[in-house]
Amino acid sequence: MKISIEQVEHVAKLARLHLSEEEKQEMSEKLSQILTYMDKLNELNTEGILPTSHVVEIKNVFREDKVEPSLPEDQALQNAPDRVNGYFRVPRVIE
Amino acid sequence: MELCDYTIHELHEMMKRREITSRQITESVLSRIDQVENRIRAYITVLREEALEQASIIDQKLQRGEIPLTPLTGIPIAIKDLICTRGVLTTCAAKILHNFIPPYDATVIARLKQQNIVMIGKTNLDQFGMGSSTENSYYGITRNPWDLSRVPGGSSGGSAAAVIAGEAIGALGTDTGGSIRQPSSFCSTTGLKPTYGRVSRYGLIAYASSLDQIGPIAKDVTDCAILLNALSGYDPKDSTSVNLPTPDYTRALVPDITGLKIGIPEEYFIAGMDEEVEEKIWEAVRVLEKLGASYEKVSLPHTEYAVAAYYIIAPAEASSNLARYDGVKYGYRADTYTDLMDMYMTTRSQGFSPEVKRRIMLGTYSLSSGYYDAYYLKAQKVRTLIKRDFEEAFKKYDVLVAPVSPTPAFKIGEKTEDPLQMYLSDIFTIPINLAGVTALSIPCGFTKDGLPIGLQIIGKHFGEETILKVAYAFEQNTEHHKKKPPL
Repeated sequence: MKISIEQVEHVAKLARLHLSEEEKQEMSEKLSQILTYMDKLNELNTEGILPTSHVVEIKNVFREDKVEPSLPEDQALQNAPDRVNGYFRVPRVIE
Repeated sequence: MELCDYTIHELHEMMKRREITSRQITESVLSRIDQVENRIRAYITVLREEALEQASIIDQKLQRGEIPLTPLTGIPIAIKDLICTRGVLTTCAAKILHNFIPPYDATVIARLKQQNIVMIGKTNLDQFGMGSSTENSYYGITRNPWDLSRVPGGSSGGSAAAVIAGEAIGALGTDTGGSIRQPSSFCSTTGLKPTYGRVSRYGLIAYASSLDQIGPIAKDVTDCAILLNALSGYDPKDSTSVNLPTPDYTRALVPDITGLKIGIPEEYFIAGMDEEVEEKIWEAVRVLEKLGASYEKVSLPHTEYAVAAYYIIAPAEASSNLARYDGVKYGYRADTYTDLMDMYMTTRSQGFSPEVKRRIMLGTYSLSSGYYDAYYLKAQKVRTLIKRDFEEAFKKYDVLVAPVSPTPAFKIGEKTEDPLQMYLSDIFTIPINLAGVTALSIPCGFTKDGLPIGLQIIGKHFGEETILKVAYAFEQNTEHHKKKPPL
């Protein structure tokens, strides 16, 4: 499986990553090598096999639908790189 | 021998006899940190003042009879820096979380605090737990105490190195594809990956949610059981936590394995594996046989597909989990950017290591439109086959015994340029995480060059008591766990 530079650019955009030209080249080579190894899985016939969703049989994990205290505002915001008046501040989205 | 060289249970006995205090143990550990840490670099954060103060408070409370003396009371424990600790820097060894101070404790930390442990510091790791060598850390490389030119294993390399070097009495690690067992094997500690769901993941910063488990790294099997007792149990805050009663694991520690049936998976002895590793594993099997166990070879036929399935599933989950690092809510934010999208992208590009970026890219690719069925769904089906292999084997055998890693600790830099080779070094640990069963690593010998080798004992779902019992029987009849690195 060969991953082209264009595919790397597309996936990087989906992953919200900027990559330098050098990184794109390296990513193309290394991902191609890794995904070629992954093709090994196609040796196996998995028709009729259910995918694993949880390794231990548990189901219906519910809790009571009641209001519980959450983190106070100052603690929820304490790690934000930019905050103002109880909000996270980000660059303007709407022009 | 200094106090920092003793085990948890030995120190507990001394505290019971009022021969020593928590403050004295803590001072001894801090003094060892002063002696060796500049060579090993096991820690990201050492809580020097806090630990001393905590130890003094515990001593006073004990003296006044205000708290009970449990096996962990007053014992200095190190925490992998992937686990949230209220008010204490928690970085995941990543630039993107270089300033993150959690406003809450992970459930495992709350449970250890109930036992009045002394938190001595936060240990180094491969960024977000992604790696097998502790070379992928924003805070530098941790070195193997047995040979400073070699890796301690990963990703819990800092925790394993700290414990064997006497820089902590015990530690917590996390294991997604072998990250407790492989560093335990490389550093000669005893490390246990619990059954998925046995230990709460609440407050563990997620790498691959369906695989991650927190577990103990200790100097011997008894310490491992003591720590597991404190960590285990149902937690309503974690929807994957299993609601089953927790046994007292120290009660399983009886050195009698008469009649025990051991399976030796033949796929775990591959061409090209280190001869000395293979030799020591068979020596260990002969010890277990002498103690009354019997063994047979068993086949786990889908083993060779485990690495491929893992390196699709884990990065896919990682790409989703790591989407939260956007420079808005916590952690690092780039200094300059043009708009919101550029802020996300620049922040993430500067904040993640090359290995983390590679795994995010791999995961995003395999989950993207047109590739989901071919990669992610296929891998989850193969995972079912791997899980069935174990279920079949455990119908016949009480435990499986295998190497932890095909080689002893490798040289720093040896595998960094070739990610696939690095991934293949986890070939004997990954299937256990995919199946969600439990396994531990126990020291079983050394190479001629003095590098530790670990024996992996694998149990069925919630079979921790059985693997601890086998490990205990082995340990009580061998001396490997008593050997210390020449520091």
